[in-house]
Amino acid sequence: MRLSMDLELQDIPGQLMQSLEPFKKYKGNIISVVHHRDRKTPRGTVPVQIVFEIDPSNIENIKKHLEDNGIVVVRAGEDRFIEETSVLLIGHVLHSDLGDTINRIDSTGFAEVEDLSLRMPGIEEPSSAYLRIRATGKEEIGKSLSILRHVGAEKDLLVIEPIEAEKI
Amino acid sequence: MREVRISLVGFGIVGHGVLEVVRRKWGLLRKMGLDMKVVSVTDINGTLFDETGIDPQRLHAARTLEGIANLDIIGKEAIQKVDSDLVVEVTPTNIVHGQPGLGHIEEALSSGKHVVTSNKGPLVVAYNHLQEMAQDNGVMLKYEATVGGTMPLISLVEKNLVGNEILGIRGIFNGTCNYILTRMMEEKYTYSYALTEAQDLGIAEADPAYDVDGIDTAGKVVILANSIFGMTAKYEDVSVTGIREITPEALNLAWERGYHIKLIGEVPALTVKPMLVPRRSPLAVGGTLNVASIETDLSGTITVTGLGAGSIETASAIVSDIVSIYTSRQIDG
Repeated sequence: MRLSMDLELQDIPGQLMQSLEPFKKYKGNIISVVHHRDRKTPRGTVPVQIVFEIDPSNIENIKKHLEDNGIVVVRAGEDRFIEETSVLLIGHVLHSDLGDTINRIDSTGFAEVEDLSLRMPGIEEPSSAYLRIRATGKEEIGKSLSILRHVGAEKDLLVIEPIEAEKI
Repeated sequence: MREVRISLVGFGIVGHGVLEVVRRKWGLLRKMGLDMKVVSVTDINGTLFDETGIDPQRLHAARTLEGIANLDIIGKEAIQKVDSDLVVEVTPTNIVHGQPGLGHIEEALSSGKHVVTSNKGPLVVAYNHLQEMAQDNGVMLKYEATVGGTMPLISLVEKNLVGNEILGIRGIFNGTCNYILTRMMEEKYTYSYALTEAQDLGIAEADPAYDVDGIDTAGKVVILANSIFGMTAKYEDVSVTGIREITPEALNLAWERGYHIKLIGEVPALTVKPMLVPRRSPLAVGGTLNVASIETDLSGTITVTGLGAGSIETASAIVSDIVSIYTSRQIDG
């Protein structure tokens, strides 16, 4: 299960390494770590966002371990993807390696393809895929669409974006 | 009563519409203080001239001026020789070189005549040049009918939204594409079947490339970019994708997820491409309708919709432009 955690660290050497310790101990697979040392909270702590895959039964152990070491756990376990968008692809969607297309988004760490529907009218006919993409913010949605535009040009797919995704 | 002597150059669908609207609204125009007279009509066969004003009934059934023209002059020569105040230029459009309309408009402006046109080509090719010419000669060039037909867009921005900064305009500017996509979605028609239906109804041309490949929409995007955003955009600057690759399955899939697929033109982005439009968006209009959303700094987003083409509808935009030239002049004076 993929989870995320927002932490606040003391601005002293070694804190980031220490915050990652319990993920190793409880077999968490870290997907991304976003460390904002230059964007301190009003309290002077450093915000860190960690996305990881783990057996959910271990999340409480990780939280306890962190708190025992003086690290503030602001939020844990909730979905961190707060923005979403829809995209439609038309062309040889499946035969141009749909898995790879999706992976280009998923591998960013800041966005994921959360929903996928396919229409395949006939073997030689172009198929269509609807993708719902969720990301950590508006900017990341924009980056994801840009990746898809690139993939579309490379794989000869028509990429249809939604009008609300970008300002006029 | 202000007499307005009009030379009509181009005698196709729109030209017929202009004669008809001037006839129908003659009384109303007189109440506004305008005595509008079409003193000449020109097509490739020649010119029909009558200084007292041509009776539109006389031309009602005529497809061309063949056998009707009483002067053996056409094009620029006709514009130069006929004594008129204003030229309505409605010849067929060419977005690549703008001719013959470009030459006609240049001739009219340099002869000190106002110009009202529905012809996109000259404006796409030489908007800034033509506006400079108009200014140098103390006359006006109006072109509301070139973008969105009867839908008030240029005048809305120039008059009603004056004082606003226009941040962007996006919309559906081609009724043919909108009709095809609407029919494909509603009836699950293939692209080619919907196209033949549109052709049978006279909504699409025999050669549909101009519409379905997004060329027409891109031309309108260029006109908006240059006229409203003060850009110096050319047709080649627009990134254009048409609607040929859209399938009924894709439209259906989009619909299930709450979207339409529409061919959307955007300024100042200078893009024309099929986009997902939420079903509840004001841009989600069907059939042959056109629509535009104008994003402003003070007034928020304003959306207008209307018929993008048609003889009488386009002529209505042309006649509004003519009236606005003379009414704004009255205020100036």
